[in-house]
Amino acid sequence: MDDKGKQLIQQIADMQEEDSVKLARDMLDSGYDPIKLLAHCREAMEIVGKRYAEGEYFLPELMLAGEMLKAIGDMAKPLIKQDISGGKTAGTVIIGTVQGDLHDIGKNIVTFMLEINGFKVIDLGIDVPVANFVDSIKEHKPQVVGLSGFLTLAFDAMKTTVEAIQEAGLRDNIKIMIGGGQVDETVRNYTGADAFGLNAMDAVSLCKQWVPA
Amino acid sequence: MSAGSQVTSASALYEQREKRLIDAIELREPDRLPTILFSHFWVARYCGMTCREAMYDYQRLAAATRKAVIDLEPDAFHPVHALVAFGPTMEVLDYKQLEWPGHKGISDNVPFQYLDAQYMAADEYEEYLLDPTGFMLHKYMPRIAGALEPLSQLPVYPSVLHTRIIQSMEAYARPEVRRALETLIRAGEEIQKMRAVQDRMVQELKDLGFPLAAHGTSHAPFDVAADYLRGSKGAMLDLFRNKDKLLSLMDRLTTLIPRAGIAAVKAMGGNMIFIPLHWGLDGFMSPKQFTTFFWPQFQKVLLALIEVGIYPHVLWEGDCTTRLEVIKDVPPGKCVYFFERTDMFKAKEALRGTVCIRGNVPASMLIAGTPNDVREYCKKLFDVVGEGGGFILDAGVGIPDEAKPENVLAMYQFAKECVY
Repeated sequence: MDDKGKQLIQQIADMQEEDSVKLARDMLDSGYDPIKLLAHCREAMEIVGKRYAEGEYFLPELMLAGEMLKAIGDMAKPLIKQDISGGKTAGTVIIGTVQGDLHDIGKNIVTFMLEINGFKVIDLGIDVPVANFVDSIKEHKPQVVGLSGFLTLAFDAMKTTVEAIQEAGLRDNIKIMIGGGQVDETVRNYTGADAFGLNAMDAVSLCKQWVPA
Repeated sequence: MSAGSQVTSASALYEQREKRLIDAIELREPDRLPTILFSHFWVARYCGMTCREAMYDYQRLAAATRKAVIDLEPDAFHPVHALVAFGPTMEVLDYKQLEWPGHKGISDNVPFQYLDAQYMAADEYEEYLLDPTGFMLHKYMPRIAGALEPLSQLPVYPSVLHTRIIQSMEAYARPEVRRALETLIRAGEEIQKMRAVQDRMVQELKDLGFPLAAHGTSHAPFDVAADYLRGSKGAMLDLFRNKDKLLSLMDRLTTLIPRAGIAAVKAMGGNMIFIPLHWGLDGFMSPKQFTTFFWPQFQKVLLALIEVGIYPHVLWEGDCTTRLEVIKDVPPGKCVYFFERTDMFKAKEALRGTVCIRGNVPASMLIAGTPNDVREYCKKLFDVVGEGGGFILDAGVGIPDEAKPENVLAMYQFAKECVY
């Protein structure tokens, strides 16, 4: 790899926001291949994800990494003429905060970590009605559905969502994971989900286990 | 006085319960395991009220609180009105930081939720630091309540003096400012109405022998910056982008926060303050970020409260097990740490002889478990965490709204059997 590419990866991975965005700008201005530049960004994100998994980085670093990725992506993508969206993914995950709950910090971090790990994530947002999950499963045929919720009211909303997926005849082909706030084995059992996770790394491990490469 | 002794008069019961709580906080063995009743909407639901009714009907909420306290017989309780009963006032204000039941299409039986957003922009730090009161009045209040938008027109007094003060009165007569001031008065009257009902209920329960567990609420400086000013995303990015400004802002808050907390507690004539924390937990920040941006400033707040004889009840939301070695640095026998998912047994080891522990029957168990599950969990807590005193039984973050009454009853009844 060229020196500029190496430097960019290191700067992003080390949370040097201003330097990395400036370097990316300079590289693009001097004709650097934008597709190659985005590949460097992905490599940097893998390092960030690894440092998060190892307990060196925490939420603030993931948030800043996301900002750097967005800033550099916004500069590079308009310069790319060919379609780069058709790459192979590790699998598809539909995720959303269940109906009645507006919290999304946990869901967003799980989404970020799954994307870093190669999953295509369909994020339905917050306060997601049961029908939206069902419709989205029919449309995207995911291997995994992630239900997020911070409040205790989410327990019932998760249960209702799982039941609706079952009633729609879609349950057999997907795995359902729940996460957020106060979920534990009791809640998993109550909702009928397949597994629960306490953090974003748990979500990644579950998806990797359920969707073998 | 032994646990078995039958106290009959209400005033003697009150003293007995208060002593039980203080003994636990000051790390002595009480006669038996003390309990606190803390909930947002469980009390209302227990009595067949919706969340919306709890937020709007002061009298029925008072009756529900009375019933729950009498049925459960905790050693102290949180006044529920101060936690939820502000629906009418928010309507008067056109309040924007919460979504609440029955308002703008939200169903009647869900709790209110805070809207995480940026209420102070990154380039407004300087303005806040120069004049926090001015910023709150001219910028913040207009942002969080539609009816208060005209407050942005009020004179900026540090720069208005002498006869200019007299002339500045003109602003108050402008039609929109006049309307905002009238709204403030109406909102104030509504709060007075709610407080009058709450005060009567508190007095009635005191007369029946039940003390309060909280006489005010306070915050950690980082939580104020993250939750109420910059929003979660803004605050996390500020750890990198605006580190020095964030630290300066928290320095200001470190002085301002205890001042408000002490005033609130003194006004209630009490000595307990409740401090829910949102950003202190494991996983949100690194240990280094925690010891730079969270703990030192919060520790100062705690010390300022303790210095004037107030007992802080700190609700450490989430799992804070990795923070224990840091947060044990407080004067012994003055603080209560109320844990949600922190490892209670490790907490006992780390905090023994320093901090009274409170908690943590899981929400999931109270909602989906059985009375027997609850009793078994409580027994384990009493045997290990309760050993030698310094422990108050409570749910993880208070009684969850959806908890089954039989599970809640089992928890409070079991505590009465836990005699030292």
